Amino acid sequence: MNSTEIRIAGFGGQGVILAGMILGRAASIYDGKYVTLTQSFGPEARGSACSVQLIVSQQPVLYPYLTRADILVVMSQEAHERFAAGLMPDGVLLYEEDLVRVNGTAHAGKAFGIPATHLAEELGRKLILNAVMVGFTTGITGVTSPKAARNAIRDLVPPGTDALNLAAFDKGLEFGLNRYGSAIQTQQATVPEEASSMTFRANGSKHDS
Amino acid sequence: MKPKGDRVLTGTQFLDGDQACCEGALAAGANFAAGYPISPSTEIVERFASRIPAVGGVFLQMEDELAASIAIVGATWGGAKAFTVTSGPGFSLMMEHIGYASMTETPCVFVDVQRGGPSTGLPTLPGQADMMQARWGSHGDYEIIALSPNSPQECFDLAIDAFNLAEQYRTPVMFMMDESVGHMTEKVVIPPANEIKVLPRRYTRLPPVEYRPFRPSPEGIPEMVKAGEGYRFHMTGLTHDERGYPAMDWQVQDKLVRRLVGKIRDHAADIVRCEEKHTFDAEIVVVAYGITSRVALKAVEMAREEGIRAGLLRPVVVWPFPEKRIRELAGRMKSLVVVEMNYGQLFYEVERAAGGRVPTSLVSHGGGAVHEPETILAEIRRAAQ
Repeated sequence: MNSTEIRIAGFGGQGVILAGMILGRAASIYDGKYVTLTQSFGPEARGSACSVQLIVSQQPVLYPYLTRADILVVMSQEAHERFAAGLMPDGVLLYEEDLVRVNGTAHAGKAFGIPATHLAEELGRKLILNAVMVGFTTGITGVTSPKAARNAIRDLVPPGTDALNLAAFDKGLEFGLNRYGSAIQTQQATVPEEASSMTFRANGSKHDS
Repeated sequence: MKPKGDRVLTGTQFLDGDQACCEGALAAGANFAAGYPISPSTEIVERFASRIPAVGGVFLQMEDELAASIAIVGATWGGAKAFTVTSGPGFSLMMEHIGYASMTETPCVFVDVQRGGPSTGLPTLPGQADMMQARWGSHGDYEIIALSPNSPQECFDLAIDAFNLAEQYRTPVMFMMDESVGHMTEKVVIPPANEIKVLPRRYTRLPPVEYRPFRPSPEGIPEMVKAGEGYRFHMTGLTHDERGYPAMDWQVQDKLVRRLVGKIRDHAADIVRCEEKHTFDAEIVVVAYGITSRVALKAVEMAREEGIRAGLLRPVVVWPFPEKRIRELAGRMKSLVVVEMNYGQLFYEVERAAGGRVPTSLVSHGGGAVHEPETILAEIRRAAQ
C-alpha cells in the first residue's frame, strides 16, 4: 500500500494526540516515510471527543486530510460511534475492549481489542494506556517499525518516564502478537521486529521536545 | 547571565507549520516579537515566548493588535529583528501600522495565519481571503512583499526569506500562511546555523553629520541607524524629506511615494518566485498557492493520468505578482484555472496578466475546508474540452 490513513480517537486526557505524535514521528523521522498529521482544533476538541489523523505514505502527501481511514484506533465508545462509519470496509479497527463495545459485525473480521487501561494499571500507571495502544497498533498493523516507535517515545514522553512508557509499549506490542499473532500473519505483510527492549537511539540530531 | 539555548534547532524535527514558522523566525535572527495571540496563529508566539528567554530576546504580549504592530516598528528601530503574528481579525487592526512601517521603511515581518472570514469568521478553520488585504490593506500607495508557504518545511524556510527580504528592501513583509498549513505536522529539516543565510541590517557607515535617514542608495533603499547611537534622525508617518522631516508639498510626496512603490516594483524580477510542475508541455495551467497548491497538484496529477496535459504554477512569493510568467504561459496555453480559498482575489491578477489571450476560470471556495481534488479536476476537464 502506498498510503495509509490512520485515525486515533478517544476522550481528552487519554493521550490521544501524543499517541498520534509518537506514530507520526516514528514513521516520518525514523522510518523515513512521508507523514502528515492533523488534529481536531476548535470547540469539538475541547469536549470529550478528541482525535488525531495521520497519512503515512511512500510519496509526498498532497491532500492533507483523511478521506476514509484504513486504520481506526478508538479508546472511547463515543469515538467509536463517531468514527466507525469512516473506516474503510476492509479497514482495521483497534479498540480498548473495556471501554468500547464494537457494534455490529461490519468489522468483525478485522477488529482487534485490547484491555489497554487494565494493562497500563498493571504497570502502575493508568496514564500510559496511550503507549500500550501505540504498541498494540504497531504490532497489529506494522504502520511503523517497533524500533522507530521506541525512538519516538523516548523523544516525546516526559523526562523520567521513558522506561515506564517503553514497558507499556512492549506490553501492547506483545499482547497483540500473543492474542492475534496467527491472525495478523495473514492480514499483514509486515511482521514486527522482536519485542525485546532495544538500545538503538539516533544520534547526530537534536529533537524537539 | 548568558542565555542558554539553541537559536537554530538543527536536526530533523516533526513540527506543525506554526511551530516551524517560529523556528524560521528564530533562525533568521528574530529577537523581538509582540503579539495579541489569536487562533490559528497562537502556537507561533506560544513557542516564541517559551524559546526566546533562553536564546536571548523579548516576547511582549500587548493589549491589542494595534499595540503589537507598532511595538515591532519601535523594536526594529531600536536594533531588533522583529515580527508580529496574527490572523484575519487582528490583521485588520494592524493595517494602520503596516502603512506606517511602509512609510517609515521599517524592516519587519507580519505573519497572518489565515482563517475563514470576514470578521470573526471561522477561528480554527482555513481561509485564503486576506491576500488583497495583505497587498493594499493600508491606505495610500505602497508596494508590499508577501510569501505563501504550503508546508511546515516551507514555514521554516520561507520565514527566513521573509526576514531577509524585509532587510534587503527595508519594507514590512507579509507572511501569508493558512490554518491548514499552520496546524499540520510534518517533517521539518533544520540545517546547521552556519548554512543558513541571514541578511544583516544595513547600517550606515557615514558620520552622523552626513547621514540622511531617507536618502536612498542607487537601488532606492536608504541605510539605517540604531536609535541611541549618536545619529540624529526623525521618523514620521507624514510625507517627509531625506532628513525625515515633514514636507507638505507634492514634489516631496511624488519623490517619496514613487520610490516606495518603485523599490519593490523595479526589483520584482529579483523578488518573484514560482514553483512549477508539468508546465513544460501543459495546455491547462492551474494557478494556486498555500495549502490549495497541494490539493491542486493532486488534481493536476489526476488529470495527467487521464491524459490531460495539466500543469501547476504556484506563486511562492505572491506579491509582487508573477505577472510576467503568467503572460508568457498565457501565450502558449489553452486555458488558465485559478484555485483559491476565496471568491476571487489572485484570480483577477491572473486574468489581468493573461490579458484576454486565454480563457481564465476560477475554482472558488469560501474557506472552512480545503478544496476537494475532484472539484478542481472537474474544472480542468471542462477547460481541456
